[in-house]
Amino acid sequence: MTVDNYTSLSAAQISASVRAGEMSPSALVNASFDRADDIGAGRDGLNIFLYSDRDACCQEAELVRGRLEKATDVGVLAGVPIAIKDNIASLGLPTTCGSKILKGYVSPFESTAVTRLRANGAIIVAKTNMDEFAMGSSTENSAYGPTRNPHDVRLVPGGSSGGSAAAVAAGITPIALGSETGGSVRQPAAFCGVVGVKPTYGRVSRYGLVAFASSLDQIGVVGRTVDDAAIGLEAIAGFDKMDSTSSDADVPLYRLAAVGKPAPAAREPDTEAMRIGRSPVPLPPPPSQTTLKGVVIGKPKEYFPESLDPNIRDLCDRALDKLQWMGATVRDISLPRSPLAIPVYYIIAPAEASSNLARFDGVRYGLRVDPGKGLRPMYDATRSEGFGAEVTRRVLLGTYVLSAGYYDAYYKKAQAVRTLIADDFRSVFAGGVHAIFTPTTPTPAFPVGAISDPYEMYLNDIFTVTANLAGVPAMSVPIGRVRRLPVGGQIITPHFDEYSMFRVGYALEAALGADAHR
Amino acid sequence: MPVTREDLLHIADLARVGVDETRVDELTRELSSILGHMEELAQVDTSTVALAAGVGAGGTPLRPDDRVAPLMEGTLESFAPSMRDGFFIVPRLATHEDPAESGA
Amino acid sequence: MNDRYEMVVGLEVHVQLKTRTKAFCGCSTDFGAPPNVNTCPVCLALPGALPVLNEKAVELAARAALGLGCKINPISVFARKNYFYPDLPKGYQISQFDQPLATGGHIVIGKTEDGKDVQIGITRLHMEEDAGKSIHDRFPGATAIDLNRAGVPLIEIVSEPDLRSATDAGAYLRTLKQILQYLDVSDVSMEEGSLRVDANISIRPFGQTELGTKTEVKNMNSFSAVERALDAEYERQSKLLESGGSVQQQTLLWDAAREAVRPSRSKEGSHDYRYFPEPDLRPLLLDQKWIDDAQGNLPELPEARKKRFVEDYAISVAESEQLTATPSLANYYEGVARASKDGKAAYNWVMGEVLAALRSNDGDISLFPVRPADLAQLLNLVRDGTVSHTAAKRVFAMMVATGKPAAQIAADEGLSQVGDESALTSWVDEVLEEHPEEAKRYLSGEKKLQGVLVGFVMKKSKGRADPKRVNQLLSARGG
Repeated sequence: MTVDNYTSLSAAQISASVRAGEMSPSALVNASFDRADDIGAGRDGLNIFLYSDRDACCQEAELVRGRLEKATDVGVLAGVPIAIKDNIASLGLPTTCGSKILKGYVSPFESTAVTRLRANGAIIVAKTNMDEFAMGSSTENSAYGPTRNPHDVRLVPGGSSGGSAAAVAAGITPIALGSETGGSVRQPAAFCGVVGVKPTYGRVSRYGLVAFASSLDQIGVVGRTVDDAAIGLEAIAGFDKMDSTSSDADVPLYRLAAVGKPAPAAREPDTEAMRIGRSPVPLPPPPSQTTLKGVVIGKPKEYFPESLDPNIRDLCDRALDKLQWMGATVRDISLPRSPLAIPVYYIIAPAEASSNLARFDGVRYGLRVDPGKGLRPMYDATRSEGFGAEVTRRVLLGTYVLSAGYYDAYYKKAQAVRTLIADDFRSVFAGGVHAIFTPTTPTPAFPVGAISDPYEMYLNDIFTVTANLAGVPAMSVPIGRVRRLPVGGQIITPHFDEYSMFRVGYALEAALGADAHR
Repeated sequence: MPVTREDLLHIADLARVGVDETRVDELTRELSSILGHMEELAQVDTSTVALAAGVGAGGTPLRPDDRVAPLMEGTLESFAPSMRDGFFIVPRLATHEDPAESGA
Repeated sequence: MNDRYEMVVGLEVHVQLKTRTKAFCGCSTDFGAPPNVNTCPVCLALPGALPVLNEKAVELAARAALGLGCKINPISVFARKNYFYPDLPKGYQISQFDQPLATGGHIVIGKTEDGKDVQIGITRLHMEEDAGKSIHDRFPGATAIDLNRAGVPLIEIVSEPDLRSATDAGAYLRTLKQILQYLDVSDVSMEEGSLRVDANISIRPFGQTELGTKTEVKNMNSFSAVERALDAEYERQSKLLESGGSVQQQTLLWDAAREAVRPSRSKEGSHDYRYFPEPDLRPLLLDQKWIDDAQGNLPELPEARKKRFVEDYAISVAESEQLTATPSLANYYEGVARASKDGKAAYNWVMGEVLAALRSNDGDISLFPVRPADLAQLLNLVRDGTVSHTAAKRVFAMMVATGKPAAQIAADEGLSQVGDESALTSWVDEVLEEHPEEAKRYLSGEKKLQGVLVGFVMKKSKGRADPKRVNQLLSARGG
């Protein structure tokens, strides 16, 4: 294992190798940046990277090596290059949320998630492109231009975490952080043929994640493989006193799910766990007919409508066959209120966003446009020039649904229906289903510029948004290709049961093997 | 319920987003169209829903009343558009009278 | 007020809670720091910052609610109040809307002519955060923003529209302030801005139950300004109705310089706050045991203290009222009364010499150098005859000046009274010898000369003779 095949190394392999002194962090940083150059990750290429500083990263790599030499525990991600979505605060590089209104803004504090990555020895190589303020499903809404899908540069990588998904798909980093509000990690992961995880709401601290819709937002993990996503989540999950909505539920060692064990009842540090957690996963036994014995997989009819692309349907059926072969039972279920999810989401999210984005007023940071006519004109000019069309649209929509006379009919009603959507998941899981399987998106990646109607764009989230509304964890894994374009399958499990989600994900990935990318 | 031109101008005012005159009609149409899709929610029976305020069990966590030095690098000047003598400076509010204006 | 229209007033009072740190972050609440030094990502509203609630703010808010007789809601919910202002960094204020911390209290502001309590209802008490400060006259054409105050915890206390006169309003505010001082939840100083008042006022013909249209009056900087503003607005509304007009709902500002209300220039229609539950905070859950404990731990309130002083220290209701005006005064008095076991004397000395000394030094009684125990010692010396009443005042003055204890000063200055029989007797003898004329006249029955003779003894003893004993000795001689 050398840096020469950097683009096929998993994060766990890199980390173990660095800790054993077999690979140097500097070599890895250089491999990452070289790959970025080769693929054209910059503004005049695929536009994956918005901001990066190779020299600073090399210095950081030296610091990590220094810690290694002192035999300090450098953590589970020692020397692993990681890309971060541009709406997650990090020191050193700007945090601009793909927006003009934060052009040049460098956050003076760091998000908890990034702090935890660094504490685990990771090296942050870049801030990646995104739809402005995470509002979009294609990364076409960035003020800094669209990102291109590494599989086919005419196509979008998905959004809003398009840059992060593309960075992993292009082999620049094995892990990237993105953010989820309505599917913004899973959908681009599906479009780019990589793994995307949305944790349970409250699993990962939101401190430092620039808020879009506070009751829906979560930092998510993109990984080249399920194992990469699992180790990334292990590093960042857990209670944070700076985030009042973060949960103090225990964080299991998610990578244990690779060996097919059922979820640990309690987080007892045992030697096998420590060994697996801190070293490359011993090759899990090849999938057998008992790998998922006893696991019940739900197949909700609302996510397999008549109109579903038959190619995607076929790939989902193939995935379900694999799961069944491994001993799982597939059960037909219903999540009846799912079709209401898009209207519910597009009332709640813009409403919260309209309030969260009020702080961008040109007073304390970011862009200020001052026509010299007083305060009001300064607000109006700053925000109209600083916000793009989709953000403006959603801020107006959100303001409208919260305004006097409309609050009950729209926002309050939507929150009530949201509870019903969450109830659907609750009853299905209470009825003995361990995981739900659906397609991640209704189509594969589409061409840049192909969709101009806002509502049509919103429909990209149709299979992903229910998990955000219910707060349950969900993951997209590659399940094949349609016309050579990646397609993702989605696994959804109960609140704080990411472990079962990974268990099914690891098994499916192993069972599909190379077919996942064919 | 379609959004009117007056509605749009009113909410643009509330949201402090100066909307260019040329875009008013287009935005009005877009919002009306999007909101049209929401009408189906009105038909949903939500009478049995007791809104549980907040996600997850337990109340809001409380922190002790102890001073904490903020984890912040650099000075305010490094990101503020305009500062003087340590104050953030903004253009004068046209209807300014008194600090009593701020707030309810 | 005229006899045609009844004044109906409700008051909204904002009170800063005296916590060390802000409501949602660990920044200091200290007054007077240079601009923007007490800030952090949270109260600066930097992108990605999140609020975390201060437990002390909850404790003080709950104490205030209970002390005002309110019922605490075990579940209360924070809400965003959205509006744009440069000193409101998030573009919304975290407040509470339809599920506040507490509802349904009342305070008694006085008594009616037939001795019944005048009770003013309190509709609700909720928690919220303060905004920063906008300074408009420091730089021409610009406004300077200081966010040190942004995020300081407040409670908003809303009264029922039960007030019927400006005097009532003043009484309500003074009583409310006193109760909050006793509860030790705030400095409640209008001058320092830890207490702010907005008024809602309407008028209606006497006998009508329906409320008239109300206006909101703001910018009053003292309790008496509130009273004057209410009278002025009452006049304006009365004249309006008299002339056939109608009252428009609007916000008015009190202009102290012109002693008049005038309309606010900011747009009325812009106040659509678009309240919705704050998604960054879960609801505040207070269990019944916590609430019961808080109720049990309430400090003694002014009314109760006033009654107890009358019982415990044998003083009058009026005297007790004076002594309980503020908790620090009451604490001082109680210290003196307990240690001297003489409530009346303690009253006289505290309301007399102590307050006089404080006034001349513009002092705070809790920092007064003569502590209650010290003063009590002096009172004890007077009671047991060691120091005469006149001398005591001089001793007190020296206690204030030097900080030395009473007994020591009396001894050092030779101000102790002499009660020694032989000394007194020899002085009396000497005086009678030295003033034969007066002596003869006194001893043959002119009682009125006793005072003159006592005076001679006092002079001879340099004021140290116990005048009571001297009088007794002379009377005995006089036969």
